[in-house]
Amino acid sequence: MPAAMRTTAPAVETVVRVEGLVHDYGPRRALRGVDFEVGSGQIFGLLGPNGGGKTTLFRILATLIRPTAGRASVMGNDVALRPREARAAIGVVFQSPALDRKLTTRENLETQGRLYGLGGRALREAVDAMLLRVRLADRASDRVETLSGGLMRRAEIAKGILHRPRLLLLDEPSSGLDPGARSDLWDHLRELRERDGVTVLLTTHLMEEAERCDRLAILSEGALVACGAPRDLKAEIGGDVIVIATAAPEALRGEVERLCGARASVVDGTLRLERPRGHEPIPRLLETFGDRIDSVTIGRPTLLDVFVLKTGHRFWGEAEA
Amino acid sequence: MRRGAAAALTLMRREIVRFLRERNRVFGALVQPIMFWGLFGAGLGSSFRPPAGGGSIGYAEYFFPGTVVLILLFTAIFSTISLIEDRREGFLQGVLVAPVPRSSIVLGKVLGGTALAVGQGLVVLIFAPLAGIKLSPASLAVSLTVMAAIAFGLTALSFCIAWRMDSTQGFHAIMTVLLMPLWLLSGSFFPAQGAPAWLSVLMACDPLTYGMAAFRRVLYPGEGPATQGLPGAGLSLAVTLLFAAAAFGTAVALAQRRGSGVRA
Repeated sequence: MPAAMRTTAPAVETVVRVEGLVHDYGPRRALRGVDFEVGSGQIFGLLGPNGGGKTTLFRILATLIRPTAGRASVMGNDVALRPREARAAIGVVFQSPALDRKLTTRENLETQGRLYGLGGRALREAVDAMLLRVRLADRASDRVETLSGGLMRRAEIAKGILHRPRLLLLDEPSSGLDPGARSDLWDHLRELRERDGVTVLLTTHLMEEAERCDRLAILSEGALVACGAPRDLKAEIGGDVIVIATAAPEALRGEVERLCGARASVVDGTLRLERPRGHEPIPRLLETFGDRIDSVTIGRPTLLDVFVLKTGHRFWGEAEA
Repeated sequence: MRRGAAAALTLMRREIVRFLRERNRVFGALVQPIMFWGLFGAGLGSSFRPPAGGGSIGYAEYFFPGTVVLILLFTAIFSTISLIEDRREGFLQGVLVAPVPRSSIVLGKVLGGTALAVGQGLVVLIFAPLAGIKLSPASLAVSLTVMAAIAFGLTALSFCIAWRMDSTQGFHAIMTVLLMPLWLLSGSFFPAQGAPAWLSVLMACDPLTYGMAAFRRVLYPGEGPATQGLPGAGLSLAVTLLFAAAAFGTAVALAQRRGSGVRA
């Protein structure tokens, strides 16, 4: 896959640069010094549990809030110091639609275009082309409130890319979408990257969505715990992952660790451990524990395993306060 | 600069389009004041004592300009309630990340509210002759200007209140304790003359008193029973414009604070 090569190629232009980013909400520290870069033409994912700092980072990049310390820039424009220039380079798709439901699809796009400095014939042409492109031309004169969730997200993306931004920011773009609309969304994102060279940065708490990104940054409790291509991150773990479903994971843990010769962790009520040649201990696991085990599965490491390995956290969910 | 103006016009146009698509807003802002006028005009007509020396003015006529200003106030309030809705529905955050100055965002909203208020005020104002107020094309034109200045100030003021709020219930509470008294004490409902001293002091402190006075002076050119005892035309206009500018300046300052207006 060329994406992995792209991340190491020196010629790639940096679209987003984040350095030592810190953000406090009153006494609560939401970001604890985050650094990463996003190169041109990537689909970059910010993965993390809710409350991990993704949304704060998204809002700083979108110029909605100022960081407490550190810097973030888009196309070389510091989002805190040169917000106007940064804003012109960014298209933003919020989690909750920023469409005006009382206006038609076309009126929404026209309003957006004017806010971004388009007007007259250029605006009309851009709107027409965009409506065709996202296949909403037949719904152009319908009020947005009559569109389905998937179509609304499409209109939202159309709005975000109407002014041809270099960077498209999306906050949890799949939330509330059915599987069909999700794959539709990803088709659009890939097309944007291929056809227009748009760099995409999205936040997600869904592993399967993160798998589709070219590169990922995993955020937990406001800190960056891993950054790289999903494949590379998983390859760091190596070996196989054995997941044991049991009613008493803590009770079995010690014995299982001895038997398999690897450290086990309790994640979401299951025992997980990772070792090379994962199939080998399975017959003995079953013989030894018998009916105390509900099931044993073996597989390649997932991003959840990466997260567990890097953070030592046992749950993928709301971060503990 | 040009882009800022284009952005403000776009947002203003959106306000008007939205308003026209929500019929019940038209109804609410127009019908209630007219109902007040009909009921109070009829009920208080016989007990009303006009300002000292003013012999001929009845309550229905006295209250009519006040009704128009009440319509301006209600429309201003409704259009800034839509600011809270814009934030709740997410539209506002899309505008906040656009490369336009915050002052254009405020200007668009306030001009939109002003246009709607003046439009609705006009619908009622053309019936002034029925209340005994003579209208000429000139007085109508000047009235519209004064109404616009009043509406601009009121819309900007309620923008300041609505900016930090995330529920319309909270706004209703403020409206009852702050905005309605502003109108009640403006000389729209009863004249300052004949009121107890403490009350007339309060009324003199109410900026809307001067808007109301400017409006009455435009409707009744020259000294007459209807304008007796009111602040002078120059002072009234100056205070009204100053108030509008101060409210707008405050609204812009509030909106410029980054992070404000963003949902938690």
